[in-house]
Amino acid sequence: MTEQNTAGTSADTLIRLSAAELAGKLAAGEVTAVEVTQAYLDRIAAVDGLVNAYLHVNAEEALAVAAEVDAIRAAGGAEAEALHVLAGVPIAVKDLIVTVGQPTTAGSKILEGWHSPYDATVVERLRAAKMPILGKTNLDEFAMGSSTEHSAYGPTRNPWDLDRIPGGSGGGSAAAVAAFEAPLALGTDTGGSIRQPGAVTGTVGVKPTYGSVSRYGAIAMASSLDQIGPVTRTVLDSALLHQVIGGHDPRDSTSLPDPLADLVAAAKTGNVEGLRIGIIKELHGEGYQAGVEYRFNDALELLKEAGAEIVEVSCPNFQYALGAYYLIMPSEASSNLAKFDGVRYGLRVLPEDGPMTIERVMGATRAAGFGDEVKRRIILGTYALSAGYYDAYYGSAQKVRTLVQRDFDAAFEQADVLISPTAPTTAFPLGEKLDDPLAMYLNDVATIPANLAGVPGLSLPGGLADEDGLPVGIQLLAPAREDARLYRVGAVLESLLEAKWGGPLLAQAPELAAAVTLETQEAK
Amino acid sequence: MNTEAILSFDEAMEKYDPVLGFEVHVELNTKTKMFSSAPNVFGDEPNTNVNEVDLGMPGVLPVVNKTAVESSIKIGLALNCKIAESCRFARKNYFYPDTPKNFQTSQYDEPIAYDGYLDVELEDGTVFRVDIERAHMEEDAGKLTHMGGATGRIHGADFSLVDYNRAGVPLVEIVTKPIEGAGSRAPELAKAYVAAIREIVKNLGVSDARMERGNVRCDANVSLRPHGRERFGIRSETKNVNSLRAVEHAVRYEIQRHAAVLDSGSPVVQETRHWHEDTRTTTSGRPKSDADDYRYFPEPDLVPVVASREWVEELRATLPEPPAERRKRLKADWGYSDLEFRDVVNAGVLDEIEETIAAGASASVARKWWMGEIVGRAKAADVDPGQLGVQPATIVELSRMVEAGKINNKMATQVLDGVLAGEGSPEEIVEKRGLAVVSDDGPLLEAIDAALAAQPGVAEKIRGGKVQAVGAIVGAVMKATRGQADAGRVKELILEKLGVTV
Repeated sequence: MTEQNTAGTSADTLIRLSAAELAGKLAAGEVTAVEVTQAYLDRIAAVDGLVNAYLHVNAEEALAVAAEVDAIRAAGGAEAEALHVLAGVPIAVKDLIVTVGQPTTAGSKILEGWHSPYDATVVERLRAAKMPILGKTNLDEFAMGSSTEHSAYGPTRNPWDLDRIPGGSGGGSAAAVAAFEAPLALGTDTGGSIRQPGAVTGTVGVKPTYGSVSRYGAIAMASSLDQIGPVTRTVLDSALLHQVIGGHDPRDSTSLPDPLADLVAAAKTGNVEGLRIGIIKELHGEGYQAGVEYRFNDALELLKEAGAEIVEVSCPNFQYALGAYYLIMPSEASSNLAKFDGVRYGLRVLPEDGPMTIERVMGATRAAGFGDEVKRRIILGTYALSAGYYDAYYGSAQKVRTLVQRDFDAAFEQADVLISPTAPTTAFPLGEKLDDPLAMYLNDVATIPANLAGVPGLSLPGGLADEDGLPVGIQLLAPAREDARLYRVGAVLESLLEAKWGGPLLAQAPELAAAVTLETQEAK
Repeated sequence: MNTEAILSFDEAMEKYDPVLGFEVHVELNTKTKMFSSAPNVFGDEPNTNVNEVDLGMPGVLPVVNKTAVESSIKIGLALNCKIAESCRFARKNYFYPDTPKNFQTSQYDEPIAYDGYLDVELEDGTVFRVDIERAHMEEDAGKLTHMGGATGRIHGADFSLVDYNRAGVPLVEIVTKPIEGAGSRAPELAKAYVAAIREIVKNLGVSDARMERGNVRCDANVSLRPHGRERFGIRSETKNVNSLRAVEHAVRYEIQRHAAVLDSGSPVVQETRHWHEDTRTTTSGRPKSDADDYRYFPEPDLVPVVASREWVEELRATLPEPPAERRKRLKADWGYSDLEFRDVVNAGVLDEIEETIAAGASASVARKWWMGEIVGRAKAADVDPGQLGVQPATIVELSRMVEAGKINNKMATQVLDGVLAGEGSPEEIVEKRGLAVVSDDGPLLEAIDAALAAQPGVAEKIRGGKVQAVGAIVGAVMKATRGQADAGRVKELILEKLGVTV
């Protein structure tokens, strides 16, 4: 087996291949799934001490699944024929998604050491496709944050600059993919937790249409906004992964009954001629970093040259979206997180003195188990739902939500796809916004409207900002159930940009192995 | 234990007018739970009928049980309610360990059924209309057992055990509008209302309707106001009154207690009350105000329940005949008097009589057997008449044997005893016990001769035209034949023998 590998591809080349390329090599027998999986495990061992993308590495099970794929392929016949195209391609899973056989923490002390008795639906689908699960990735506690600094297990660092944030809440998944510690990852996106980390790490992230991927087994932050989606290095890889995890699930009532469109075919369409692409007036310009604006305009130019019609649309109610989001999300979260009380599972903390009543055990457990940002949102949500305030806060926010949906409806009358920068800035330094929640929340200003309306969004690398040399994300938005359009436009824009750069943007990222050496030398 | 003052019921009624309200929780007998695929089964080992959804594990999502929705619509229709075309669930948020998610998923401002009524028949036949505000779907909580305390309540307990088997069992909560005008019949109405609800859900087949198992649980609201005043008084809510008798007693007690409080010049405290079956009193529970803040909001994990008009009409078409209408029909069919029919209903043998008639007995024979023989035996055995195990076919067979003159009525009751004692079929028992009516005149004539010889004075009187004196001779013959003779035939033979024609 090893000779096949050494005959073709070195481990360092292997980990830099896209999932689609890996799938091709696996199918052709040029590499084995065990070699691929081992290459990624080695990479994790080499660099994750710096990045801290993983909370748990699942080496043994991943290698076992890989070996099973190799055995099936070696035996040939119908079973080998029936292997999924991504069989043997490894993947990392955000630690908000429950998995049998590995701990699930949600980035919180309150679930430290907890093992789920069941698999999330998306995890079942990964297993059915025989994709080795490399491990669980870091996140802001219960997905509450935009920097992964709110993880109870330490921040993840941005592979482009280890002193900067990798975005959040899914900083672990994005950083793992950007640092070649995984070819694919799963994230969850409630207000931008897939797309914003994608933007600041130079990776691709997709928030599918609400209901198109089952939420069963994703620990809920805000049920009406949460959605699981792909985190990858190419648009095609996202389509491939979306095709694995998407489709109806009877265990999720909000799951759409529609059959999944052929997203992979959409990613391979190869043209945008005649498509109307709408610039959202309210989602660029003031408040957006100059370098972000430049790259955004570059993207528009390329799309125009490719034959797309660029139009401008206005979504006047988007200005209220952030405010509405920060009422709806904490309201739902305050209720969703009530179950973490020390009674049935997870952390249990007994009060230090005084009577040992259930209320006091619950209180002590939650006081010790939750971090500040989680407590902040629980308090905010509890307040917003309280009698006498409900109409003014939760009620008004729901009205804004309807207005945002109407803005989208009107915008999609004028454009087939909408476009904006994914985030207002490139990655900011660790610690910079940790004590300023409002500044942190503003990071999601461009991603939140899609969650409020349930429409799909895709972020792809748009290049590097001139002033800091850090990745900029371009966001594409489509009407609900039209995720295919995102893959079509995204893949075209990606190929135009890569032609301009002479290869993938991540090829320009600094070499982390060098950083390891450097650090080791400094330590000496 | 209870030292609260009460007024006599009559005095309370003289001074005040009671207003009632009921919340009746009905546990549905669906195969699985309201939002999970775990079995809905009573009485199993604790925490065995649960899955990750019932335990509120991280990441789980609820899915609405379609059968539970169907059952709820049926209940709504049986209560003459409107059925919402689309309705949502909400979350009722509160921290308590019997609720695994620390919120209860329940309908709140969008019940599936609303604006109905139920005509409740009191024992004397008076019909009282109770307006139904709504019937909504929700999930049951787990069961807490408080250990170590004297009372079984949480106060004073050392620790509590929780069983989540009941968590997530589908419930329909039926809420009345305020019930005014019941006056002194309020306790009786309370009992009759809950009995009617129980009868309806049992008749629909949507609940096992066993109150002793908590399938039907009643919270009774009571308030008093001075006669002539429109505004309601402050109410108390007596929780979990779980037998029909208890409902009646609890309402009566609360009326008497409220009256005493009002008489003393203090306001009634708005609170929940605990019912104590042993002392037939209530004690203070927790204060309850309308401002209890459960932070209700629409359940975002569930899509609205949509009940298409076609579906509702389909379900309406499958509804069984309402119990009240059935009673009206049966009474007319059977030709019983008001009193006879009410006795049958109150004795709880309506189904049994209907089955007996269906098996071939006449309405009067069926009533005679059930009311005259079986009800009494059931009372002596302290069981429901239906539980004695008397088959309709047995009664039909007994009555045919009597009509054919094979046995007489007295023997028939003996045969019934034999059947109940498990001695076999009526035919076999007649055979075994040697109970057949003696129809061969030979032995009878011997007995008649002996009786006439023993009472020559009586024989003389009969000969002299005092025919009614024949009873004494008949009695003697019946005694001599140990009741196996046909008394009619005996009389004929005696008169024949004495040459008397009638």
